[in-house]
Amino acid sequence: MANIELDLPQLDVRDGVDRETIETVAAMGAYKYGWATDIEMDYAPKGLSEDIVRLISAKNGEPDWLLDWRLSAYRRWLGMEEPHWAMLTYPKIDYQDQYYYATPRSMAVKPKSLDEVDPKLLATYKKLGIPLKEQALLAGVEAPEGERRVAVDAVFDSVSVGTTFKAELAKAGVIFCSISEAVKEHPELVRKYLGSVVPPTDNFFATLNSAVFSDGSFVYIPPGTRCPMELSTYFRINAENTGQFERTLIICDRGAYVSYLEGCTAPKRDTHQLHAAVVELVILEDAEVKYSTVQNWYPGDEEGRGGIYNFVTKRADCREARAKVMWTQVETGSAITWKYPSCILRGDDSQGEFYSIAIANNAQQADTGTKMIHLGKRTKSRIVSKGISAGRAQNTYRGLVSMHPKATDSRNYTQCDSLLIGDQCGAHTVPYIEVKNTSSRVEHEATTSKVDEDQLFYCRSRGMSEEEAVALVVNGFCREVLQALPMEFAMEAQSLVAISLEGSVG
Amino acid sequence: MGAVSVKAEALASRLAGLALPAGMTAARETALARLSAMGLPGKRDEYWHYTDPAALNAVQAKPAALADTGAALFAGLDAVKLVFVDGVFDAATSDDLALSGVSLSRLATAPAGHWAQTAYGALESAGQSPIARPWAALNTAFASDGLLIHVTGKAAKPVSVIYLRRDDAADVVLHHVIKLDAGAEFTLLEQGPAAARLNHVIEVDLAQGARFHHIRAQGRDLGRHAVTHIFAHLGAEALFKSFTLTADGALTRNEAVITFAGPDAKAHVAGAAMGDGAFHHDDTVFVTHAAERCESRQVFKKVLKHGAVGVFQGKILVKKGAQKTDGYQISQALLLDDDSQFLAKPELEIYADDVKCSHGSTSGAIDDTALFYLRSRGVPLRAAQSLLILAFLADTIAEIEDETIAEDIGAQLEIWLARHES
Repeated sequence: MANIELDLPQLDVRDGVDRETIETVAAMGAYKYGWATDIEMDYAPKGLSEDIVRLISAKNGEPDWLLDWRLSAYRRWLGMEEPHWAMLTYPKIDYQDQYYYATPRSMAVKPKSLDEVDPKLLATYKKLGIPLKEQALLAGVEAPEGERRVAVDAVFDSVSVGTTFKAELAKAGVIFCSISEAVKEHPELVRKYLGSVVPPTDNFFATLNSAVFSDGSFVYIPPGTRCPMELSTYFRINAENTGQFERTLIICDRGAYVSYLEGCTAPKRDTHQLHAAVVELVILEDAEVKYSTVQNWYPGDEEGRGGIYNFVTKRADCREARAKVMWTQVETGSAITWKYPSCILRGDDSQGEFYSIAIANNAQQADTGTKMIHLGKRTKSRIVSKGISAGRAQNTYRGLVSMHPKATDSRNYTQCDSLLIGDQCGAHTVPYIEVKNTSSRVEHEATTSKVDEDQLFYCRSRGMSEEEAVALVVNGFCREVLQALPMEFAMEAQSLVAISLEGSVG
Repeated sequence: MGAVSVKAEALASRLAGLALPAGMTAARETALARLSAMGLPGKRDEYWHYTDPAALNAVQAKPAALADTGAALFAGLDAVKLVFVDGVFDAATSDDLALSGVSLSRLATAPAGHWAQTAYGALESAGQSPIARPWAALNTAFASDGLLIHVTGKAAKPVSVIYLRRDDAADVVLHHVIKLDAGAEFTLLEQGPAAARLNHVIEVDLAQGARFHHIRAQGRDLGRHAVTHIFAHLGAEALFKSFTLTADGALTRNEAVITFAGPDAKAHVAGAAMGDGAFHHDDTVFVTHAAERCESRQVFKKVLKHGAVGVFQGKILVKKGAQKTDGYQISQALLLDDDSQFLAKPELEIYADDVKCSHGSTSGAIDDTALFYLRSRGVPLRAAQSLLILAFLADTIAEIEDETIAEDIGAQLEIWLARHES
């Protein structure tokens, strides 16, 4: 498979974006992150039992209340059935054939500073190239004056390996650390908010996560604080047969603001790997959270061997008046994607937005969308979903817009567009619309089409190869969502769109 | 207890004491076997997400007082008038079963070897996949009467069926089979209260180039519970058009299951529904494009007030290879007060790349700006509201080709609005 040579001057390079980064991303192969790092790992025994739950809790040095919380989730999970309503087909998952805890041996005692991190691990991050500048940051290198900085929490298999810029964030009163650390240092916050948006009883995968989550990120932005830099979590699954179950909890207190980025990769493996994460956002009065994801887990090979099974529960609770949340996701990876970032618009005048690009190529299957639950008066939501199917992939938008009787004068606008490349793939739209008051307006539009022949012909006549032309047209199709991403991610996402579609034409 | 055994139990009690009617024995028996395998729908069935089938599942039909049905529709139209009373064909008040270009007979009296022997239940059976429709299978098994219509040429005039009701608790199962030969043309009109509980199936098989028009008025019958299915199978270049007007009724579920089997065919389904108070109306449409260059259109509008509930579940399935498909779907609701609800699930499932498919769904109140404009021109509030409601529903009536019929339907809408002004 040939690498796409992106003609860089054609890309709209914004100020402050590192050209080298773009080149690096552009030069990536079909799946650049498909290597494994040979690091000595400590595994818990395979399979899931109360003992494993106790072991994970003990390894993290958790208090009793959290262990009890995990155990009650585990017991509940035993009685639950895996949901099969999504348009996804995959062989039965053997939950006993997974490792639920793996940690790099050098992490057995957590490093006090990044200098103590296993150099191999840092080399791993270096090799990844993205998130853009983090490997330098992870290594503790100061960014040049005036450049935008991003604080990073990196999670390697099950364990958080390091958080950058901690001191500077602390000056602003921002807490950004791994969730295991937060349990120790800020138990009052964790106890108050953990499970308050996604209760441990929520659904099969969220309940599993509640029982076995090993680590993840924790963010608290104090009242009236604008987080001085973008925060980022970087997840990587490295070990084979390991499930990754991270848990992210973000609390944005009154009048605060944070932009949060999340990136994911995994090595190429012939076996499927399980990923069941939970993300909870608590947004109080006048606060705003932007949550951006570039999900690039290993999608499996062209025949559908290997790849990540990605079952994720993400939910934002706009708990008080004028709270605002914006979910932006670029879903290019994973063999199976099951993910519906939701907004509970509880506070009056609160707002939820969802921007999504989902690309499924080869044998990938994606069933993704959002839920907008309007409970407060004058609440607003906007959904823009762009689904692209190529190869033999199946791509489904599934969403709910619900206007409760009390959510008067509320507003929703939904736009779902699907693009099909080739005649072997499928694009599906399954929206649920529930309107229970008269003063709210709900509009839903959906279209399905193929790549426009005239546009392709125009690009081809200007000397572009067919793949380049398709990539350009698809990028245009996704423009509304790409524009919603923070600058660093936007460029990366744009290139990912092209790379994900490699081999889909001709 | 598993969901399956609950369904089986519900079915067993529903069928207790019922015996298969005579005739079409093979088709009835296989339909009963199909039904037994699926059981009756329950609240947890995804396909019944927004409509509770309890009233349909109940052993006894809930009696429904007979409302004033008003004057018959399509009175000025030259048509063969056929009357059913409490689900049984009434020869005394009907015209003769004779029409040039058409062979007309009754299900209840069809002799052995009748042409419909092979057609009866065939499209219903095919329509059970990928989604089970137990009420249609029950209908095939237990239908007591219906029309068997074979159209061989261009029908000289429409057939107008009037369903009357004498019994407050009439529980009626009717099944029509319509077969159009290549190039044949036929129009079917239906109206009337029919039953306290009605289960109604029409199977329409259109050969190449056949044209079929269907206009149905589900009348003012406040307590009615009804589940209806239309199964249409379209050959190449065929045209299928169906319009349904629903005014009132406690529970109405209208399903249309349309399959394009040959290229270049067209199917348009439309519905206008108006409900005030205890009204639950569900339009469920499933269009399968299995051939190239076909066009499907779904236009459904609902006006809801005083706690009325409108449901729309529409699906366009484009199979692999059904290239150049043009699929369109619009569902809209006008909520006139805060108690009413609109619940919609407009679905697309597409496996071919060279297609043009879109759907839209909106819900909201009467546009204040438009209302203000009319008021500023001196139109009284009530009249302005009625005008805007009629304009909202006009798109569905535009789907009716015959102008006389469209005018009749429009007049019905106005009468309903006048009755339900407050």
